[in-house]
Amino acid sequence: MDKLLNDFSLGLFVWQTLLFLLLLFLLKKFAWKPILDAVDEREKSIEAALKGAEEAERRMQALQADNEAAKKEAMIERDAIMKEARDTRDDIISDAKTAASEEGVKMIASAREEIEIQKKAAIADIKTQGSFSFFRYS
Amino acid sequence: MRLKNFAKALILTALTTPVFASSQDSDHSDSDHNEHTTSHQNDAVDTKEEIKSYIMHHLEDTYHFGIWDKAGISFPLPVILFDEGLHVFSSNKFADDHGHHEGIAESSGKYYKIDHAKIYRTEMKNGILPLDFSITKNVACMLIAFFLLLLFFFRSLGKSYAANGGISKGVGRFMEPIVLYVRDDIARPNIGEKKYKKYLPFLLTIFFFVWFLNIFGLTPLGVNVTGNIAVTFALALLVFLFTNFTGTKDYWMHLFNPLGNAMPWYGKAVLYIILIPIEILGIFIKPFSLMIRLYANMQAGHIVLMSLVGLIYIFGNMMGGSLSFLLAFAISLIEVLVALLQAYIFTMLAALYFGFAAEEHEHHDEAHAH
Repeated sequence: MDKLLNDFSLGLFVWQTLLFLLLLFLLKKFAWKPILDAVDEREKSIEAALKGAEEAERRMQALQADNEAAKKEAMIERDAIMKEARDTRDDIISDAKTAASEEGVKMIASAREEIEIQKKAAIADIKTQGSFSFFRYS
Repeated sequence: MRLKNFAKALILTALTTPVFASSQDSDHSDSDHNEHTTSHQNDAVDTKEEIKSYIMHHLEDTYHFGIWDKAGISFPLPVILFDEGLHVFSSNKFADDHGHHEGIAESSGKYYKIDHAKIYRTEMKNGILPLDFSITKNVACMLIAFFLLLLFFFRSLGKSYAANGGISKGVGRFMEPIVLYVRDDIARPNIGEKKYKKYLPFLLTIFFFVWFLNIFGLTPLGVNVTGNIAVTFALALLVFLFTNFTGTKDYWMHLFNPLGNAMPWYGKAVLYIILIPIEILGIFIKPFSLMIRLYANMQAGHIVLMSLVGLIYIFGNMMGGSLSFLLAFAISLIEVLVALLQAYIFTMLAALYFGFAAEEHEHHDEAHAH
């Protein structure tokens, strides 16, 4: 303890305190403040950049989902249109078929009628002409 | 949080005590000290006593910057005294015929002599010392560290950010991770996110100052700044003042009312007779431990290293000499680590004490409700 007290030098203590306080003040002003500010700013900008990237990714994903939905909707619409077209086609075909068969029936009927008329006319003709020829050839 | 900090402090204390114990030896050799004035007749330092006194001499502050005292290579430094007026003269005035600084210096009619690393007036050797603000070797080293820190490393680092768009360049770049380490692993966890910014400049300055001066002590220049009690006292005193002047209401409440509402007043009254003196003592013991730890570790490191080097001359043969050289080499490697470690511990514990001072509990509302 005696040695400790003997070693203690007031001048050194005063110099040390003064120099340290001055160093603290100067470093604070010229070193720590710019260094820490710059590092803080850098950290903030990195954070912002990371956040921005995340945001962009999220937006892209949302966009992709939108695209997907639109595509799906288009597909459904296309299917609906196709179905409608097919139905229309079927309708047209069946309509044409019924119309054609009706027409056919009608034509057959009118043909039959025509045949009947012709037959009757022929028979009547035979009846009138046949009596003569019978006589002629008998 | 508090418990974790306490455990940390305990581990740090345990880590540093073995070195502390070994420094006790330095006190015993004080009686041999007077011999160093007479031992200069023989040129080589090769006896036990000579080595001992050489080491003790090295540990003391000197008024000149001796690079190689035996060969007389040294720089004079200014001596500044207040003794019924200001006296400023070169330390060369103390030089005697043998090239030692043991002569008598005259300044404006007064005569001074150095004894045991202090300047006395010759006619009152056992009386009052003159007020001594000399630029001694230690002050000179502090100044070197001061300008090295200020100009070489951190000013350039601080400037380089602006010049390079937020990215550091140059010598200072080496320091940036260490600055960030002090911020993120010393200041932030111990003081807390809210208040660490207030204490950070102090912690950074003290860390680099102590580290640089510790490293200076390992150079062959033979300086021993942080192993000087006046220097560590000044640093510890600043920590003490800074802690107590920034103490929050909670800090003082913790000192004078540590139990809070955990106990009725008559129970507390009994305990507080013991507790409050302990708490108050604690305010002083904390920086005191800082002062002693740094001083003792650095002092002990220098003694061990120089003793091992001295052993080479005592052995005086190939075998013992090379063995002590290897040992000294290993110890000096460890000392490089210790230089950093002690700076770290000093900063860490200072941050811990600042953390206590900056502490703010959340139990205010609870206390009002009762």
